[in-house]
Amino acid sequence: MSVRATARITAVRDARGATTLPVLESDGPLALRRTRAVVPGVARVTVVGAMSAPLGGDRLAVQVRAGQGARLTVDSAAATVALPGPGPEAAAAHYAITLKAEEGAELHWLPEQLISAHGSELHMTTVAELATTARLVLREEQILGRHGETTGTLLSRLTVHRAGRPLLDQQLAYGPAAPGGWDGPAVLGGYRAAGQLLVVDPAFDDRGPDARLLGATAVLTRLAGPAVLVSVLAADARELRAVLDRAAEELAAAARGRAPAAAHG
Amino acid sequence: MSRAALLVLSDGRFPAGGHAHSGGAEAAVVAGRIRNADDLAAFCRGRLHTTGLTAAALAAAAAHGHDPLALDEAADARTPSPALRAVARKLGRQLMRAARATWPGEELDAFALARPRGGHQPVVLGLTARSAGLAPEDAAHCAAYETVGGPATAVVRLLSLNPFDATAVLARLAPELDHVAELAAAAARGPIGELPAFSAPLLDIAAEAHAARPVRLFAS
Repeated sequence: MSVRATARITAVRDARGATTLPVLESDGPLALRRTRAVVPGVARVTVVGAMSAPLGGDRLAVQVRAGQGARLTVDSAAATVALPGPGPEAAAAHYAITLKAEEGAELHWLPEQLISAHGSELHMTTVAELATTARLVLREEQILGRHGETTGTLLSRLTVHRAGRPLLDQQLAYGPAAPGGWDGPAVLGGYRAAGQLLVVDPAFDDRGPDARLLGATAVLTRLAGPAVLVSVLAADARELRAVLDRAAEELAAAARGRAPAAAHG
Repeated sequence: MSRAALLVLSDGRFPAGGHAHSGGAEAAVVAGRIRNADDLAAFCRGRLHTTGLTAAALAAAAAHGHDPLALDEAADARTPSPALRAVARKLGRQLMRAARATWPGEELDAFALARPRGGHQPVVLGLTARSAGLAPEDAAHCAAYETVGGPATAVVRLLSLNPFDATAVLARLAPELDHVAELAAAAARGPIGELPAFSAPLLDIAAEAHAARPVRLFAS
Protein backbone atom coordinates (compact mmCIF):
# COMPACT_ATOMS: atom_id res chain seq x y z
CA MET A 1 0.00 0.00 0.00
CA SER A 2 1.37 3.36 -0.93
CA VAL A 3 1.11 6.18 1.56
CA ARG A 4 -0.14 9.74 1.28
CA ALA A 5 0.93 11.97 4.12
CA THR A 6 1.33 15.68 4.73
CA ALA A 7 3.07 17.00 7.84
CA ARG A 8 2.62 20.66 8.78
CA ILE A 9 4.61 23.04 10.94
CA THR A 10 3.71 26.65 11.67
CA ALA A 11 5.94 28.81 13.83
CA VAL A 12 4.88 32.25 15.10
CA ARG A 13 6.50 34.88 17.26
CA ASP A 14 4.51 35.58 20.43
CA ALA A 15 4.09 38.90 22.29
CA ARG A 16 7.27 38.29 24.33
CA GLY A 17 9.33 37.61 21.22
CA ALA A 18 9.58 33.87 21.69
CA THR A 19 8.73 31.47 18.86
CA THR A 20 5.81 29.11 19.47
CA LEU A 21 4.41 26.28 17.36
CA PRO A 22 0.61 26.58 17.00
CA VAL A 23 0.63 23.91 14.28
CA LEU A 24 2.66 20.73 14.62
CA GLU A 25 0.86 18.02 12.67
CA SER A 26 2.45 14.64 12.13
CA ASP A 27 1.03 12.37 9.45
CA GLY A 28 1.74 8.74 8.57
CA PRO A 29 5.46 8.09 8.36
CA LEU A 30 6.25 11.76 9.01
CA ALA A 31 6.35 12.17 12.77
CA LEU A 32 7.24 15.60 14.14
CA ARG A 33 8.78 16.20 17.56
CA ARG A 34 9.51 19.49 19.23
CA THR A 35 13.13 19.10 20.32
CA ARG A 36 15.43 21.10 22.55
CA ALA A 37 16.67 24.22 20.82
CA VAL A 38 20.38 24.46 20.16
CA VAL A 39 20.17 28.25 19.95
CA PRO A 40 18.12 30.04 22.67
CA GLY A 41 14.94 31.67 21.34
CA VAL A 42 14.80 29.44 18.27
CA ALA A 43 12.12 26.76 18.09
CA ARG A 44 13.35 23.41 16.85
CA VAL A 45 11.37 20.60 15.25
CA THR A 46 12.81 17.22 14.33
CA VAL A 47 11.22 15.00 11.69
CA VAL A 48 11.36 11.47 13.02
CA GLY A 49 10.99 8.82 10.33
CA ALA A 50 8.65 6.44 12.15
CA MET A 51 8.58 4.06 9.19
CA SER A 52 10.86 3.50 6.29
CA ALA A 53 9.83 5.95 3.60
CA PRO A 54 9.45 7.03 0.90
CA LEU A 55 8.63 3.79 -0.90
CA GLY A 56 7.71 3.74 -4.57
CA GLY A 57 4.17 5.09 -5.00
CA ASP A 58 4.22 7.14 -1.78
CA ARG A 59 3.26 10.81 -1.85
CA LEU A 60 4.77 12.66 1.06
CA ALA A 61 4.74 16.35 1.82
CA VAL A 62 6.12 18.62 4.51
CA GLN A 63 4.78 22.16 4.76
CA VAL A 64 6.62 24.64 6.92
CA ARG A 65 5.66 28.24 7.64
CA ALA A 66 7.66 30.66 9.73
CA GLY A 67 5.44 33.67 10.49
CA GLN A 68 6.62 37.25 10.94
CA GLY A 69 9.73 37.38 13.07
CA ALA A 70 9.59 33.70 14.01
CA ARG A 71 12.80 31.70 14.29
CA LEU A 72 12.54 28.02 13.43
CA THR A 73 14.94 25.19 12.77
CA VAL A 74 13.67 21.95 11.23
CA ASP A 75 16.00 18.96 11.10
CA SER A 76 15.58 15.20 10.95
CA ALA A 77 16.58 12.31 13.18
CA ALA A 78 17.95 10.09 10.41
CA ALA A 79 18.66 9.95 6.71
CA THR A 80 15.74 9.55 4.32
CA VAL A 81 16.11 6.43 2.20
CA ALA A 82 14.21 6.29 -1.09
CA LEU A 83 13.31 2.63 -1.63
CA PRO A 84 11.66 0.80 -4.52
CA GLY A 85 7.97 0.08 -4.14
CA PRO A 86 6.56 -3.44 -4.10
CA GLY A 87 6.34 -5.26 -7.43
CA PRO A 88 8.16 -4.74 -10.70
CA GLU A 89 5.84 -1.97 -11.94
CA ALA A 90 5.90 0.22 -8.84
CA ALA A 91 5.35 3.92 -9.43
CA ALA A 92 7.81 6.60 -8.47
CA ALA A 93 7.62 8.15 -5.01
CA HIS A 94 6.94 11.87 -4.64
CA TYR A 95 8.20 14.09 -1.86
CA ALA A 96 7.20 17.75 -1.80
CA ILE A 97 8.65 20.26 0.63
CA THR A 98 7.23 23.77 0.88
CA LEU A 99 8.91 26.41 3.00
CA LYS A 100 7.48 29.84 3.71
CA ALA A 101 9.27 32.53 5.64
CA GLU A 102 7.48 35.81 6.28
CA GLU A 103 9.00 39.25 7.04
CA GLY A 104 11.79 39.10 9.58
CA ALA A 105 11.50 35.32 9.94
CA GLU A 106 14.49 33.02 10.06
CA LEU A 107 14.04 29.47 8.84
CA HIS A 108 16.67 26.76 8.91
CA TRP A 109 15.83 23.62 6.92
CA LEU A 110 18.53 21.10 7.77
CA PRO A 111 17.40 17.54 7.03
CA GLU A 112 19.76 14.59 7.08
CA GLN A 113 20.89 13.04 3.78
CA LEU A 114 18.58 11.72 1.11
CA ILE A 115 19.81 8.30 0.02
CA SER A 116 18.69 6.95 -3.33
CA ALA A 117 18.64 3.16 -2.99
CA HIS A 118 19.09 0.83 -5.95
CA GLY A 119 15.86 0.36 -7.91
CA SER A 120 14.07 3.34 -6.35
CA GLU A 121 12.67 6.36 -8.15
CA LEU A 122 11.99 9.55 -6.25
CA HIS A 123 10.68 12.88 -7.53
CA MET A 124 11.48 15.54 -5.00
CA THR A 125 10.46 19.18 -5.08
CA THR A 126 11.45 21.89 -2.66
CA VAL A 127 9.75 25.26 -3.02
CA ALA A 128 10.71 28.16 -0.77
CA GLU A 129 8.80 31.46 -0.71
CA LEU A 130 10.63 34.19 1.16
CA ALA A 131 9.57 37.67 2.15
CA THR A 132 12.09 40.44 1.46
CA THR A 133 13.50 40.51 5.01
CA ALA A 134 13.29 36.75 5.67
CA ARG A 135 16.40 34.64 6.18
CA LEU A 136 16.76 31.06 5.00
CA VAL A 137 19.43 28.45 5.59
CA LEU A 138 18.79 25.31 3.57
CA ARG A 139 20.94 22.23 3.25
CA GLU A 140 20.32 19.32 0.92
CA GLU A 141 22.47 16.26 0.40
CA GLN A 142 21.95 13.49 -2.10
CA ILE A 143 23.73 10.17 -1.69
CA LEU A 144 23.56 7.99 -4.80
CA GLY A 145 23.16 4.41 -3.62
CA ARG A 146 23.70 2.79 -0.23
CA HIS A 147 27.14 1.33 0.42
CA GLY A 148 28.29 -0.83 -2.48
CA GLU A 149 25.14 -0.58 -4.61
CA THR A 150 24.27 1.41 -7.72
CA THR A 151 21.96 4.37 -7.37
CA GLY A 152 18.23 4.59 -7.92
CA THR A 153 16.72 7.42 -9.92
CA LEU A 154 16.50 10.80 -8.31
CA LEU A 155 14.78 13.79 -9.92
CA SER A 156 14.73 16.92 -7.85
CA ARG A 157 13.91 20.58 -8.25
CA LEU A 158 14.72 23.38 -5.84
CA THR A 159 12.89 26.65 -6.46
CA VAL A 160 13.39 29.71 -4.29
CA HIS A 161 11.39 32.89 -4.70
CA ARG A 162 12.19 36.06 -2.80
CA ALA A 163 9.61 38.84 -2.70
CA GLY A 164 7.77 36.95 -5.44
CA ARG A 165 10.74 36.96 -7.85
CA PRO A 166 12.82 33.90 -8.79
CA LEU A 167 16.12 33.69 -6.91
CA LEU A 168 17.21 30.10 -7.57
CA ASP A 169 15.75 27.40 -9.77
CA GLN A 170 17.66 24.20 -10.10
CA GLN A 171 16.79 20.72 -11.34
CA LEU A 172 18.89 17.59 -10.99
CA ALA A 173 18.38 14.21 -12.62
CA TYR A 174 20.57 11.28 -11.58
CA GLY A 175 20.36 7.53 -12.01
CA PRO A 176 19.22 4.95 -14.54
CA ALA A 177 16.06 6.80 -15.63
CA ALA A 178 17.85 10.18 -16.02
CA PRO A 179 18.93 11.37 -19.48
CA GLY A 180 22.45 10.37 -20.56
CA GLY A 181 25.62 11.98 -19.31
CA TRP A 182 24.53 12.50 -15.67
CA ASP A 183 27.50 10.50 -14.40
CA GLY A 184 29.96 12.00 -16.88
CA PRO A 185 32.58 14.75 -16.85
CA ALA A 186 30.09 17.65 -17.15
CA VAL A 187 27.72 16.66 -14.35
CA LEU A 188 28.87 14.31 -11.54
CA GLY A 189 32.17 12.92 -12.86
CA GLY A 190 31.67 9.69 -10.92
CA TYR A 191 31.07 11.35 -7.54
CA ARG A 192 28.35 9.70 -5.46
CA ALA A 193 27.55 12.44 -2.97
CA ALA A 194 26.23 15.85 -3.99
CA GLY A 195 25.11 18.62 -1.70
CA GLN A 196 24.30 22.26 -1.35
CA LEU A 197 23.99 24.86 1.31
CA LEU A 198 21.89 27.89 0.49
CA VAL A 199 21.95 30.97 2.70
CA VAL A 200 19.57 33.80 1.84
CA ASP A 201 20.17 36.87 3.94
CA PRO A 202 19.01 40.42 3.12
CA ALA A 203 22.34 41.67 4.53
CA PHE A 204 24.09 40.06 1.53
CA ASP A 205 22.48 42.79 -0.59
CA ASP A 206 25.28 45.18 0.30
CA ARG A 207 28.16 42.89 0.95
CA GLY A 208 28.58 39.17 1.15
CA PRO A 209 31.28 36.66 0.55
CA ASP A 210 32.63 36.63 -3.01
CA ALA A 211 32.72 33.48 -5.09
CA ARG A 212 35.59 31.18 -4.23
CA LEU A 213 36.64 27.56 -4.40
CA LEU A 214 36.36 25.49 -1.21
CA GLY A 215 38.24 22.55 -2.71
CA ALA A 216 38.66 20.77 -6.04
CA THR A 217 34.93 19.95 -6.22
CA ALA A 218 33.39 22.57 -3.96
CA VAL A 219 32.53 26.16 -4.64
CA LEU A 220 30.83 29.06 -2.91
CA THR A 221 28.93 31.36 -5.27
CA ARG A 222 26.93 34.55 -4.91
CA LEU A 223 23.54 34.29 -6.57
CA ALA A 224 22.03 37.19 -8.51
CA GLY A 225 20.41 38.36 -5.28
CA PRO A 226 21.24 38.48 -1.56
CA ALA A 227 22.15 34.80 -1.30
CA VAL A 228 25.09 32.45 -1.27
CA LEU A 229 25.09 28.90 -2.59
CA VAL A 230 27.72 26.35 -1.65
CA SER A 231 27.82 23.42 -4.10
CA VAL A 232 29.83 20.33 -3.29
CA LEU A 233 30.57 16.96 -4.88
CA ALA A 234 32.27 14.33 -2.75
CA ALA A 235 33.11 10.64 -2.69
CA ASP A 236 30.78 9.88 0.21
CA ALA A 237 28.31 11.32 2.72
CA ARG A 238 30.90 11.95 5.44
CA GLU A 239 33.25 13.91 3.22
CA LEU A 240 30.31 15.89 1.84
CA ARG A 241 29.02 16.84 5.30
CA ALA A 242 32.47 17.90 6.45
CA VAL A 243 32.76 20.45 3.61
CA LEU A 244 29.20 21.73 4.09
CA ASP A 245 29.67 22.06 7.88
CA ARG A 246 32.84 24.08 7.43
CA ALA A 247 31.10 26.38 4.95
CA ALA A 248 28.09 26.76 7.28
CA GLU A 249 30.33 27.74 10.18
CA GLU A 250 32.17 30.31 8.09
CA LEU A 251 28.94 31.83 6.80
CA ALA A 252 27.43 31.92 10.30
CA ALA A 253 30.56 33.61 11.64
CA ALA A 254 30.41 36.15 8.82
CA ALA A 255 26.74 36.85 9.66
CA ARG A 256 27.57 37.27 13.39
CA GLY A 257 30.36 39.66 12.53
CA ARG A 258 27.95 41.79 10.56
CA ALA A 259 24.75 41.75 12.61
CA PRO A 260 24.41 43.42 16.02
CA ALA A 261 24.05 40.92 18.87
CA ALA A 262 20.59 42.29 19.74
CA ALA A 263 19.22 40.90 16.49
CA HIS A 264 19.67 37.44 17.97
CA GLY A 265 17.91 38.15 21.28
CA MET B 1 10.14 29.93 -41.60
CA SER B 2 13.33 30.22 -43.55
CA ARG B 3 15.62 27.20 -43.32
CA ALA B 4 18.49 29.29 -44.66
CA ALA B 5 18.11 31.84 -41.85
CA LEU B 6 18.55 28.98 -39.37
CA LEU B 7 21.78 27.98 -41.12
CA VAL B 8 23.09 31.54 -40.96
CA LEU B 9 22.26 31.88 -37.26
CA SER B 10 23.67 28.49 -36.23
CA ASP B 11 26.84 28.81 -38.30
CA GLY B 12 29.95 28.90 -36.12
CA ARG B 13 31.16 31.78 -38.31
CA PHE B 14 28.20 33.97 -37.29
CA PRO B 15 30.07 36.86 -35.63
CA ALA B 16 28.79 36.51 -32.07
CA GLY B 17 32.02 35.73 -30.24
CA GLY B 18 31.25 32.12 -29.32
CA HIS B 19 34.60 30.87 -30.64
CA ALA B 20 36.39 32.30 -27.57
CA HIS B 21 34.46 29.95 -25.25
CA SER B 22 34.78 26.21 -24.69
CA GLY B 23 31.56 25.68 -22.72
CA GLY B 24 33.49 24.32 -19.75
CA ALA B 25 35.50 21.89 -21.85
CA GLU B 26 38.86 23.56 -21.16
CA ALA B 27 38.33 23.32 -17.39
CA ALA B 28 37.38 19.65 -17.81
CA VAL B 29 40.50 19.00 -19.90
CA VAL B 30 42.70 20.73 -17.31
CA ALA B 31 41.10 18.65 -14.53
CA GLY B 32 41.77 15.46 -16.52
CA ARG B 33 38.08 14.71 -17.00
CA ILE B 34 38.24 14.91 -20.82
CA ARG B 35 41.14 12.94 -22.31
CA ASN B 36 39.70 11.44 -25.51
CA ALA B 37 36.71 11.35 -27.85
CA ASP B 38 34.68 9.10 -25.51
CA ASP B 39 35.09 11.56 -22.65
CA LEU B 40 34.11 14.38 -25.01
CA ALA B 41 30.94 12.49 -25.95
CA ALA B 42 30.03 11.96 -22.28
CA PHE B 43 30.75 15.61 -21.53
CA CYS B 44 28.64 16.85 -24.42
CA ARG B 45 25.78 14.47 -23.61
CA GLY B 46 25.73 15.61 -19.97
CA ARG B 47 25.89 19.28 -20.92
CA LEU B 48 23.17 18.86 -23.55
CA HIS B 49 20.65 17.28 -21.16
CA THR B 50 21.33 19.77 -18.34
CA THR B 51 22.30 23.35 -19.14
CA GLY B 52 21.66 22.64 -22.84
CA LEU B 53 17.98 21.89 -22.25
CA THR B 54 17.72 24.85 -19.89
CA ALA B 55 19.25 27.23 -22.47
CA ALA B 56 17.20 25.74 -25.31
CA ALA B 57 13.99 26.28 -23.36
CA LEU B 58 14.88 29.91 -22.59
CA ALA B 59 15.67 30.50 -26.27
CA ALA B 60 12.46 28.82 -27.40
CA ALA B 61 10.45 30.83 -24.87
CA ALA B 62 11.95 34.10 -26.12
CA ALA B 63 11.23 33.09 -29.72
CA HIS B 64 7.70 32.17 -28.65
CA GLY B 65 7.14 35.73 -27.44
CA HIS B 66 7.45 35.50 -23.64
CA ASP B 67 8.63 38.68 -21.89
CA PRO B 68 12.42 38.73 -22.41
CA LEU B 69 13.02 40.59 -19.13
CA ALA B 70 11.19 37.91 -17.16
CA LEU B 71 13.18 35.28 -19.07
CA ASP B 72 16.41 37.10 -18.26
CA GLU B 73 15.49 36.95 -14.56
CA ALA B 74 14.64 33.24 -14.94
CA ALA B 75 18.06 32.73 -16.56
CA ASP B 76 19.76 34.42 -13.57
CA ALA B 77 17.94 32.08 -11.17
CA ARG B 78 19.11 29.12 -13.29
CA THR B 79 22.75 30.25 -13.26
CA PRO B 80 24.16 30.15 -9.70
CA SER B 81 27.74 30.72 -10.88
CA PRO B 82 28.64 34.43 -11.17
CA ALA B 83 31.36 33.52 -13.68
CA LEU B 84 28.79 31.84 -15.91
CA ARG B 85 26.31 34.71 -15.52
CA ALA B 86 29.04 37.11 -16.66
CA VAL B 87 29.86 34.89 -19.65
CA ALA B 88 26.18 34.56 -20.59
CA ARG B 89 25.72 38.34 -20.52
CA LYS B 90 28.92 39.03 -22.44
CA LEU B 91 27.92 36.53 -25.15
CA GLY B 92 24.42 37.99 -25.12
CA ARG B 93 25.79 41.47 -25.72
CA GLN B 94 27.97 40.29 -28.61
CA LEU B 95 25.12 38.35 -30.18
CA MET B 96 22.82 41.37 -29.83
CA ARG B 97 25.22 43.51 -31.89
CA ALA B 98 25.30 40.91 -34.65
CA ALA B 99 21.55 40.35 -34.46
CA ARG B 100 20.64 44.02 -34.78
CA ALA B 101 22.83 44.25 -37.88
CA THR B 102 21.45 41.10 -39.51
CA TRP B 103 17.76 40.93 -38.53
CA PRO B 104 16.92 44.33 -37.02
CA GLY B 105 13.67 44.66 -35.12
CA GLU B 106 11.92 46.65 -32.42
CA GLU B 107 11.93 43.80 -29.91
CA LEU B 108 15.69 43.45 -30.19
CA ASP B 109 16.10 47.22 -29.79
CA ALA B 110 13.87 47.29 -26.70
CA PHE B 111 15.72 44.42 -25.00
CA ALA B 112 19.12 45.95 -25.86
CA LEU B 113 17.96 49.20 -24.28
CA ALA B 114 16.69 47.44 -21.13
CA ARG B 115 19.87 45.34 -20.75
CA PRO B 116 22.68 47.59 -22.05
CA ARG B 117 25.36 45.36 -20.51
CA GLY B 118 23.90 42.33 -22.18
CA GLY B 119 21.00 39.96 -21.58
CA HIS B 120 21.52 36.23 -21.08
CA GLN B 121 22.70 34.77 -24.39
CA PRO B 122 19.89 32.17 -24.81
CA VAL B 123 17.27 34.92 -24.38
CA VAL B 124 19.00 37.10 -26.98
CA LEU B 125 19.31 34.04 -29.23
CA GLY B 126 15.58 33.40 -28.99
CA LEU B 127 14.76 37.03 -29.75
CA THR B 128 17.16 36.93 -32.71
CA ALA B 129 15.46 33.83 -34.07
CA ARG B 130 12.09 35.55 -33.66
CA SER B 131 13.38 38.60 -35.51
CA ALA B 132 14.66 36.32 -38.29
CA GLY B 133 11.22 34.75 -38.65
CA LEU B 134 12.28 31.44 -37.13
CA ALA B 135 10.14 29.20 -34.91
CA PRO B 136 10.72 28.48 -31.19
CA GLU B 137 11.92 24.98 -32.03
CA ASP B 138 14.53 26.47 -34.41
CA ALA B 139 15.82 28.67 -31.59
CA ALA B 140 15.92 25.63 -29.32
CA HIS B 141 17.88 23.66 -31.94
CA CYS B 142 20.35 26.52 -32.24
CA ALA B 143 20.87 26.80 -28.46
CA ALA B 144 21.12 23.04 -27.98
CA TYR B 145 23.63 22.70 -30.81
CA GLU B 146 25.78 25.50 -29.38
CA THR B 147 26.03 23.71 -26.03
CA VAL B 148 27.79 20.78 -27.70
CA GLY B 149 29.37 22.40 -30.76
CA GLY B 150 31.49 24.78 -28.67
CA PRO B 151 33.08 22.07 -26.49
CA ALA B 152 33.71 19.78 -29.50
CA THR B 153 35.56 22.50 -31.44
CA ALA B 154 37.50 23.55 -28.33
CA VAL B 155 38.64 20.02 -27.49
CA VAL B 156 40.05 19.61 -31.00
CA ARG B 157 42.38 22.51 -30.19
CA LEU B 158 43.01 21.64 -26.54
CA LEU B 159 43.84 17.95 -27.00
CA SER B 160 44.78 17.95 -30.69
CA LEU B 161 41.84 15.58 -31.04
CA ASN B 162 41.17 14.36 -34.57
CA PRO B 163 38.48 16.73 -35.97
CA PHE B 164 36.77 13.76 -37.65
CA ASP B 165 36.33 12.11 -34.24
CA ALA B 166 35.01 15.32 -32.69
CA THR B 167 32.49 15.80 -35.48
CA ALA B 168 31.45 12.14 -35.21
CA VAL B 169 30.63 12.83 -31.53
CA LEU B 170 28.27 15.62 -32.64
CA ALA B 171 26.73 13.52 -35.40
CA ARG B 172 25.95 10.70 -32.97
CA LEU B 173 24.28 13.19 -30.62
CA ALA B 174 21.93 14.42 -33.39
CA PRO B 175 18.87 12.38 -32.30
CA GLU B 176 19.29 13.60 -28.71
CA LEU B 177 19.69 17.18 -29.94
CA ASP B 178 16.39 16.86 -31.80
CA HIS B 179 14.77 15.43 -28.67
CA VAL B 180 16.06 18.23 -26.44
CA ALA B 181 14.87 20.86 -28.94
CA GLU B 182 11.39 19.25 -28.97
CA LEU B 183 11.23 19.22 -25.16
CA ALA B 184 12.36 22.84 -25.04
CA ALA B 185 9.83 23.99 -27.63
CA ALA B 186 7.03 22.17 -25.79
CA ALA B 187 8.04 23.75 -22.47
CA ALA B 188 8.15 27.20 -24.12
CA ARG B 189 4.38 27.02 -24.63
CA GLY B 190 3.91 26.85 -20.84
CA PRO B 191 4.59 29.41 -18.10
CA ILE B 192 8.11 30.79 -17.54
CA GLY B 193 8.27 29.41 -13.99
CA GLU B 194 7.91 25.87 -15.29
CA LEU B 195 10.65 26.05 -17.92
CA PRO B 196 13.34 23.40 -17.40
CA ALA B 197 16.07 24.39 -14.94
CA PHE B 198 18.52 21.49 -15.20
CA SER B 199 21.98 22.20 -13.92
CA ALA B 200 25.32 20.38 -13.86
CA PRO B 201 27.29 20.65 -10.59
CA LEU B 202 30.71 20.10 -12.16
CA LEU B 203 30.11 22.80 -14.79
CA ASP B 204 29.24 25.30 -12.05
CA ILE B 205 32.19 24.35 -9.84
CA ALA B 206 34.72 24.25 -12.69
CA ALA B 207 33.54 27.57 -14.13
CA GLU B 208 34.65 29.46 -11.02
CA ALA B 209 37.99 27.62 -10.98
CA HIS B 210 38.51 28.43 -14.65
CA ALA B 211 37.64 32.10 -14.26
CA ALA B 212 40.31 32.40 -11.53
CA ARG B 213 43.02 30.74 -13.67
CA PRO B 214 45.64 33.24 -14.93
CA VAL B 215 46.55 31.28 -18.08
CA ARG B 216 43.82 29.82 -20.26
CA LEU B 217 43.08 29.40 -23.94
CA PHE B 218 39.32 29.97 -23.74
CA ALA B 219 37.44 32.60 -21.72
CA SER B 220 35.06 29.95 -20.31
